[in-house]
Amino acid sequence: MIGVISYLVFFATTASILAIAVLGLNLQWGNTGLFNGGVVAFFGAGAYGTLILGGTPQAGHLGGFELIYPLALLGGMVLAGAMAWIVGLLTLRLRHDYLAIATFGVAVAFENLMRNAEWLAGGAKGVRGFERPLRDALGDGFTYNLVFFAGVLCVLICVYFFLERLVASPFGRLLRAIREDEEAAQSLGKSPARVRLTAFVTGSVILGLAGGLYGTFYAFVSPQDVLPTLTFQIWAMLIVGGAGNNRGAILGAFLIWGAWTASGWALSRFAPVEAQLYTGSVQFVLIGAVIVGMLLWRPQGLFPERLVVSQTGITPQKEQGA
Amino acid sequence: MTEPILSTNGLCKSFGQLSAVDDVSVDIRAGSITGLIGPNGAGKSTFFNLLTGALPPDAGSVRLEGRDVTGLSPDRLFALGLGRTFQIPRPFARMSVLENVMLAPTGQAGETVTGPFLRRARIAAQEREIRQKALDVLDFVTLGALADHPAGKISGGQMKLLELARVLMGEPRLILLDEPAAGVNPVLTETLIEKIEALNRQGTSFVIIEHDMDFVMRHCDPVIALAQGRVVFEGTSDEALMNPVLLDAYLGAKAEDA
Repeated sequence: MIGVISYLVFFATTASILAIAVLGLNLQWGNTGLFNGGVVAFFGAGAYGTLILGGTPQAGHLGGFELIYPLALLGGMVLAGAMAWIVGLLTLRLRHDYLAIATFGVAVAFENLMRNAEWLAGGAKGVRGFERPLRDALGDGFTYNLVFFAGVLCVLICVYFFLERLVASPFGRLLRAIREDEEAAQSLGKSPARVRLTAFVTGSVILGLAGGLYGTFYAFVSPQDVLPTLTFQIWAMLIVGGAGNNRGAILGAFLIWGAWTASGWALSRFAPVEAQLYTGSVQFVLIGAVIVGMLLWRPQGLFPERLVVSQTGITPQKEQGA
Repeated sequence: MTEPILSTNGLCKSFGQLSAVDDVSVDIRAGSITGLIGPNGAGKSTFFNLLTGALPPDAGSVRLEGRDVTGLSPDRLFALGLGRTFQIPRPFARMSVLENVMLAPTGQAGETVTGPFLRRARIAAQEREIRQKALDVLDFVTLGALADHPAGKISGGQMKLLELARVLMGEPRLILLDEPAAGVNPVLTETLIEKIEALNRQGTSFVIIEHDMDFVMRHCDPVIALAQGRVVFEGTSDEALMNPVLLDAYLGAKAEDA
């Protein structure tokens, strides 16, 4: 029994961390229409940043700043934001699929840099030597995981309310207008370049926060954690949950992460021995199929975006005559 | 004569070999409803895009109320009092009609990431004001009842009225309308004209691109005609009706089926 609960806590922690990342992507894509194909780079910047800033000195690569944990986490977020700012400035003129290709390239470059630059972050071996916060007081067991989960849940709730208020404000209206028609918004006195950059950086800081928590949870990060697969998983979560809807984003994270772990378990349990080598690939096919299926049959997601009538937050009555 | 509200000097724009706007120098009289006519491909919309900063000119200059505004971006020009609508309406489709209109005022305190958290009282007050003004403007263009509808679900004619409403939120002194009557049913066209004339009486100037010659002759004065990127006629609407070149090239055919 304790085993099951322990596993559920572990599952919920990972899913909640991913939900924070999906919320960050939702600000960029769901609200502003920015096609970030390199989600994992900003997630990774947060993870690497937090571990390098908060870890103990390691031979052979950068690190060992031993900052207190909140500062290390904040540093990871700043790193992700700074990276987004530079990428954003460089790609400001790119739209839609071009932006997706460019950011995807950034993420691949990031992974390659981390894999090959050993002096920077340990190369393929990754970054170790990170002491999880409060470990002295709580130990390494179930209690620690439970407290950590509570912490992650609090962060998730804070991020949710932060974004809900943000998108219900005039700033959110501005984001949606840029998403719907940049040129029309500019003809009404708005500066699309500034708005796009702000949304891109803000969303990436949230992605960095998720990455930082992820790195903290495992006390380890390596290039294996920043593979393009994670980008697609986070996208699948947003598409299934409902782009433009923060509750949908969270629901999508739990559903897809649940489906991913369940399919992994089922395949390892029931697939014939000679097929075991390929179960990972089958999981990728499943994720791809879910994205395509949703886009074909329910592109608005399980929780579609709600129409904001005005900042009083009223949703419209159903179709009163025009 | 008073200073023109907008004037261009030697404005040029070409796309590759095609000279879309070729050495256009015109003055738009303050307080007028100026009609801009010309056959398809004459360069009318390109000319509008040069005036609003949507396209940079290759040569020449634009002055708005005496101030050189050549090369300024559309957002800056809107803030300086120049509003425009589009030939094909561009509503923010997945936003409510009311939100479309509330977006437009410049200098909103809540349009930053931190604003909604640090300046809540100020933003709430500003929002109440903007909301009331938006509802008034929507009533003015007869869209009041549609305030809570998605802007992508209203008719094409209503979208043109919505674009006018959005622009009005910025209280521009000059509004450029690109084919406001095209594809709009006669009743809505009448409403639109009524609103334009009411605004004009209050001092707003208009430049209107229109193919419906009946519309131009009845409501626009003076009239400017473009053909192949050049100004081929400038004068009153009465003079336009008498001009043999215009009648031949453009008005004749149009006037018959009007």
